[in-house]
Amino acid sequence: MDNFKKDFPILENRNISYLDSGATTQKPIQVIEAIKNYYERYNANPHRGAYSLSIEATEEYENTRTKIAKFINAKNREEIIFSKNATESLNLLAYSYGMENLKKDDEIVISIMEHHSNLVPWQKVAKTTGSKLNYMYINEEFELSDEEIETKITDKTKIVGITHVSNVLGTINNVKKIIDYAHKKGAIVIIDASQSIPHMKIDVQELNTDFLVFSGHKMLAPLGIGVLYGKRELLNKMNPFIMGGDMIEYVYEQDTTFAPLPNKFEAGTQNVEGVIGLGAAIDYIENIGYDKIHEIEKEVVDYAREELSKLDFLTLYMTPNKNNHSSVISFNINGVHPHDVASILDSEGVCVRSGNHCAQPLMRFLGIDSTCRASFYFYNTKEDVDNLVKGLNKSYNMFKKYITKEK
Amino acid sequence: MDDLTEMYNDLIMEHSMNSYNKKKLDQADFSELGHNPNCGDEITLELKVNNNVIEDMAFTGHGCAISQASTSIMIDTLKGKTIEEAKEIIDTFIKMIKREITDEKELEKLEDAIAFKNISNMPARVKCALLAWHTLEDMINKNSDGKGSINCCH
Repeated sequence: MDNFKKDFPILENRNISYLDSGATTQKPIQVIEAIKNYYERYNANPHRGAYSLSIEATEEYENTRTKIAKFINAKNREEIIFSKNATESLNLLAYSYGMENLKKDDEIVISIMEHHSNLVPWQKVAKTTGSKLNYMYINEEFELSDEEIETKITDKTKIVGITHVSNVLGTINNVKKIIDYAHKKGAIVIIDASQSIPHMKIDVQELNTDFLVFSGHKMLAPLGIGVLYGKRELLNKMNPFIMGGDMIEYVYEQDTTFAPLPNKFEAGTQNVEGVIGLGAAIDYIENIGYDKIHEIEKEVVDYAREELSKLDFLTLYMTPNKNNHSSVISFNINGVHPHDVASILDSEGVCVRSGNHCAQPLMRFLGIDSTCRASFYFYNTKEDVDNLVKGLNKSYNMFKKYITKEK
Repeated sequence: MDDLTEMYNDLIMEHSMNSYNKKKLDQADFSELGHNPNCGDEITLELKVNNNVIEDMAFTGHGCAISQASTSIMIDTLKGKTIEEAKEIIDTFIKMIKREITDEKELEKLEDAIAFKNISNMPARVKCALLAWHTLEDMINKNSDGKGSINCCH
């Protein structure tokens, strides 16, 4: 098996099993070098200067937009809008689409497994516009059934927001089915691809999604850069979200006309190093190829599913259907709080997240407060899984004589 | 002994997993909810005060071993103390965790709560250990008459 750890300086420098890529991935040397190279060779403010340095910076910035459009197979490059992260992309949609298009008694449908970023903005839209926020719930296999989708998306539904892969359960949602059904009912669909795009090929035209968002930092790029994809005809009709420089055409004392796409949605000096880093991350991913990434992850995650299933003191929150499960595994040691487990794992050099994972409604639905979460990427190995299992055994052994039945 | 096994010792484990202080009081004078939104830990402290002395205290809620044990041990330490003494002990506990105390003798008044002295070696868990103490501090401040006493029905 290829070992990609050598491309990641932090994994070489620190003796850890990093199992928190669902929170943020580590960065390969290629991405780090690209950012360094940008600052050493062509840093200037894009779209501003008439001098060649600024023009080169503009080219690098805009070429990355084209690269991303190709990467997700968008029809037009101006359908790619840069943002701070998936959260900002979703807020842009809530304000520039939701607030302006929803009326009283319209319905917004999201799933119970949404991250707070694809949930709290819609609460705000619902409260402001008088529309209703409805939820699609999961079945006992931690999946959304076709029946649930078809019951909750109705003729009144105007917006459907759905995560492609759950950041807690790892469930891969049938977004194609949701998109097709929502379109039949006259609703537009927003896909949160934050947890899917690091692991699987996204084709926005094949999906026929209206909008799609993701964060760069969960796919090897720097923190602070995100993407909003939107169909051109929809983005053209929307008003800007943030006002300021570079998103305007003519500014008068009392009125302004706005720049065309994509600049209309990119006010102020942008995160150019983030964009350059994202471009390098895409090159890196394409160089390995999603097939290879999938092959490696499948081997490691299948192994993790098997090994964790052998621990009878563990509750696992994942679908039994392997094909509907990505690279996230949530679990609890029965009777032991996940923070304690995470601290003990930390003492073994195993980095997992513990808490509610920005998904409090899902936790409440599952009847729990929090979980531990191990999330994998192609740089993880079976040895990382072995370390996790070893740490879990250690945690259980430390606690077992104190664990009482009723807990 | 490493930081971890030092922290997860018998005293802390017993208090966190099987605390006799985890219950509802019959007639509490004060009740205060404390929580750490990032980790979901949540406790409700109940306090019974008689003549400015903490007559009884108990807690309900959920959280990690550190937050649960810290709450239970705080209750053991502060029961029978005056409000004024309790404030001083809370202050000492917080300072101990921030490593602002140089005179080890000062820590004696913390009794069993001294067990959390090295929680600062596990920075991710400091807020767990402090939850109950901050909650009680808030409760006292909110209900204080400004003269070191707590407004109460007794």
